[in-house]
Amino acid sequence: MNITLRVWRQRDAADKGRMVTYHVEGISPDMSFLEVLDMLNERLTMEGEDPIAFDSDCREGICGACGLVINGLAHGPKQMVTTCQLHMRSFNDGDVIDVEPFRAEPFTVIRDLVVDRSSFDRIIQAGGYISVNTGAAPDAHAIPVPREDAQDAFDAAACISCGACVAACPNGSASLFLGAKIAHLGKLPQGQPERHSRALRMTAQHDHEGFGGCTQIGECEAVCPKGIPLSVISQTNADVLGALAHGGK
Amino acid sequence: MTITESTQSEYYTLGAPIADEKAPAGPINERWDTRRFEAKLVNPANRRKMSIIMVGTGLAGASAAATLGEAGYHVKTFCYQDSPRRAHSIAAQGGINAAKNYRNDGDSIERLFFDTVKGGDYRARESNVYRLSQVSVEIIDQCVAQGVPFAREYGGLLDNRSFGGVQVSRTFYARGQTGQQLLLGAYQAMERQIDAGTVEMFSRHEMLDLIVIDGRARGIVARDLVTGEIQTHMADAVVLASGGYGNVFFLSTNAMGSNVTATWKAHRKGAYFGNPCYTQIHPTCIPVSGANQSKLTLMSESLRNDGRIWVPKKAGDERRPQDIPEDERDYYLERRYPAFGNLVPRDVASRAAKAVCDEGRGVGPKVDGVARGVYLDFADAIARLGRDAVEAKYGNLFDMYEQITGENPYEMPMRIYPAVHYTMGGLWVDYDLQSTIPGLFVTGEANFSDHGANRLGASALMQGLADGYFVLPPTLAHYLADNSLDPVDENHPEARATKDAVVEQIDTLLSIDGERTVDSFHRELGEIMWEYCGMERTAEGLTKAIGQIRALREEFWRNVKVPGTNNEFNQSLERAGRVADFLELGELMCIDALHREESCGGHFRAEYQTEDGEALRDDENFAYVAAWEYTGAGAKPVLHKEDLEYEYVEMKQRSYK
Ligand SMILES: Cc1cc2nc3c(=O)[nH]c(=O)nc-3n(C[C@H](O)[C@H](O)[C@H](O)COP(=O)(O)OP(=O)(O)OC[C@H]3O[C@@H](n4cnc5c(N)ncnc54)[C@H](O)[C@@H]3O)c2cc1C
Ligand code: SF4
Ligand code: FES
Repeated sequence: MNITLRVWRQRDAADKGRMVTYHVEGISPDMSFLEVLDMLNERLTMEGEDPIAFDSDCREGICGACGLVINGLAHGPKQMVTTCQLHMRSFNDGDVIDVEPFRAEPFTVIRDLVVDRSSFDRIIQAGGYISVNTGAAPDAHAIPVPREDAQDAFDAAACISCGACVAACPNGSASLFLGAKIAHLGKLPQGQPERHSRALRMTAQHDHEGFGGCTQIGECEAVCPKGIPLSVISQTNADVLGALAHGGK
Repeated sequence: MTITESTQSEYYTLGAPIADEKAPAGPINERWDTRRFEAKLVNPANRRKMSIIMVGTGLAGASAAATLGEAGYHVKTFCYQDSPRRAHSIAAQGGINAAKNYRNDGDSIERLFFDTVKGGDYRARESNVYRLSQVSVEIIDQCVAQGVPFAREYGGLLDNRSFGGVQVSRTFYARGQTGQQLLLGAYQAMERQIDAGTVEMFSRHEMLDLIVIDGRARGIVARDLVTGEIQTHMADAVVLASGGYGNVFFLSTNAMGSNVTATWKAHRKGAYFGNPCYTQIHPTCIPVSGANQSKLTLMSESLRNDGRIWVPKKAGDERRPQDIPEDERDYYLERRYPAFGNLVPRDVASRAAKAVCDEGRGVGPKVDGVARGVYLDFADAIARLGRDAVEAKYGNLFDMYEQITGENPYEMPMRIYPAVHYTMGGLWVDYDLQSTIPGLFVTGEANFSDHGANRLGASALMQGLADGYFVLPPTLAHYLADNSLDPVDENHPEARATKDAVVEQIDTLLSIDGERTVDSFHRELGEIMWEYCGMERTAEGLTKAIGQIRALREEFWRNVKVPGTNNEFNQSLERAGRVADFLELGELMCIDALHREESCGGHFRAEYQTEDGEALRDDENFAYVAAWEYTGAGAKPVLHKEDLEYEYVEMKQRSYK
């Protein structure tokens, strides 16, 4: 296959950035999309041009490092996959493909397709945990957890912190990411004592980072590679309201 | 002269023996309690003033950072990814072992201990393995309390599965994403400490060297990967939890950035490297599909419970699998190992797959003229259990396979092939997890300690968390309490010299401006390692590999092309530094493999096998840990042997017939 890539190039946060066109030939349909970028980078390096910077690590859809907007869609045209799981057989010979970073106000571009997502860690710092010191845990069977609850908690905990939901949201909201953690911990008995304070603090941090509010558009759910459902956002709202009803505790 | 002697004179020299001096004497089940009781404590008021550097935020690093932070130490944590939660532990699928015996199926600490020593082919230290088994029980409690959503039964209690050829069900799991959920538990515990101000996180920072002052580890030099700033960080102790080095093979199931730099640089500063040649090759990975492949994907081992492995009887048979009649198929594992069949251990299954492909009976696309793949066929399972049942069990794995290969495993047998997966070798540590450099501790996959020559499934997660939550905190505290350390700062001459050397290496890499990319060197190194230091090794091949690696390394420093500058986000530069270290490690792995004239676990020397082609150990001469000392670039390393004594487990030849 031969394709044309139009890739966002930006030296650093201060640079304005622009789309640059590259023709790439000799692509096999079994190659992954990121392997095409690898191949192009090998060529650019030998031609004395700067290779294209992009994040990836596990390349199997679990670490959440990768993330590109491909033809306008976060993680590309296939549903329920990350960018690194996208293979060239999803494209056609001769396609022109636009490649851009995950954009959002809090996601500053570091270089080309690499953005700063450290705001996500700070949201977790603001209460995205259960406060239990090492060694202080009771026996694992002390508190049975209904199977359904464990499964629901798992479904929410599957979030990989990629940021696609933010990139897809017209409001630049991270509500799906936020709600995923609140729902994960909120479904478990161990998570109950801090349920309200967690929701309040994490939501405040989310807003403080500059993410927008949720108006239930649903673009986030459509692009989320892990199928985190929109319903986690209602869980956040319920917990925040509950917290306020308890006088913010 | 015997082969051993000639290898010795040509490739290495023999040094004084080494021993673990920290494990207390006495009954094995009391040793850890005794050690903890003997360990000195640090007064809580003093902990704030003590600083610890933690390199790595996988299970081993994040769990330790959280625990040390909770105790009140000042912890500085580093990872090369943009978030600590992306450490490669996130990718572990299958599960984590613990001797909880919730199933009442006869499991116990003793049995887990025994299985681990045997699984490691009698090349692990008994005291360490026993402690691992003891501590395993507490890990599950801790993780559940943190909110890790393990699989549960209808009654709300935890579910278990059996894993990796053992006879009990002791593996806890969270669907196919156990590593992810355990890591998120540790990550969140660490983020809580960041919130509390005890842990400071440096993401997108790579450790490039260790600072040793007066013989003690006192800091690191790290590069801020965003700005290129070279920083000096000082501390009272340094912990390396930097993961495994499987990427020396270029293609592996490790993450793209997994590297040996942290441990290799420490090795160069005096930390001995234990058993570098012990690598684990996993039998069920998706085969290489072409020359541009960047990494390999593991398919869970659980697939072997229901899938049948076969290749055509005839070499070069290019018919579609459904067109090959039953009597022209060779179910070679079932044929050769009637008792265990498709469930033989990883190393046995891997070698058997290589053997049939070497005979030209491999299936799937040819890469470099050879088809390297075998079928893993679910047709019988689907006929027996029904498609729905198979889908319920393996649906997500089948989907993943289809995504990558474009083939539907419900209709076509899967194609699998072995791939490098885990490295049992790593920096040598004593019972306290301290390396040969005082003040330098090593945890998780980065150390060599608990798995001997072969790791059992679901035991790496157990070890990482055992080290981080339970073992390191008291032993590290003992070191801090037991030593009064002079304050040092980044202007210390050693700190400055270390930083200067890092800057110099970077300048050199950027200035060579040769004609080959970093990746082209890495790929070539990987091919050499896979060919000669992979599943099957011979003296002849290893000798050849050593020569080729030396030549490649020489060319690298003359002909590599690293674009850009240091003062920017420069991924080519990051990779160049890692490949430079792999080029040194690869040689040591080959020397270690060459010197070990026996087969054991993941180390298979074709010259040492039973009549049936099984690994043949030589307990008389090789029941030791090989701890290698670095003596200079290109100079002969020194071998220090730690003799292994088996007081509790009887050494036996493994048999899976
Ligand atoms: C695909 C796959 C599946 C697996 N499945 C299982 C399983 O089911 N059960 C099981 O028990 N084991 C499994 N394993 C093995 C297990 O996952 C690993 O051995 C274990 O997670 C390693 O943990 P770690 O904390 O030692 O290192 P890692 O999780 O690899 O973490 C390494 C850390 O070090 C950091 N780092 C590395 N170098 C530097 C540097 N120079 N400077 C700064 N930071 C650095 C990284 O950023 C990262 O934070 C699997 C492994 C793979 C690859
Ligand atoms: S909610 Fe989905 S899209 Fe958003 S960060 Fe998590 S996995 Fe990514
Ligand atoms: S690289 Fe890890 S999810 Fe894509």
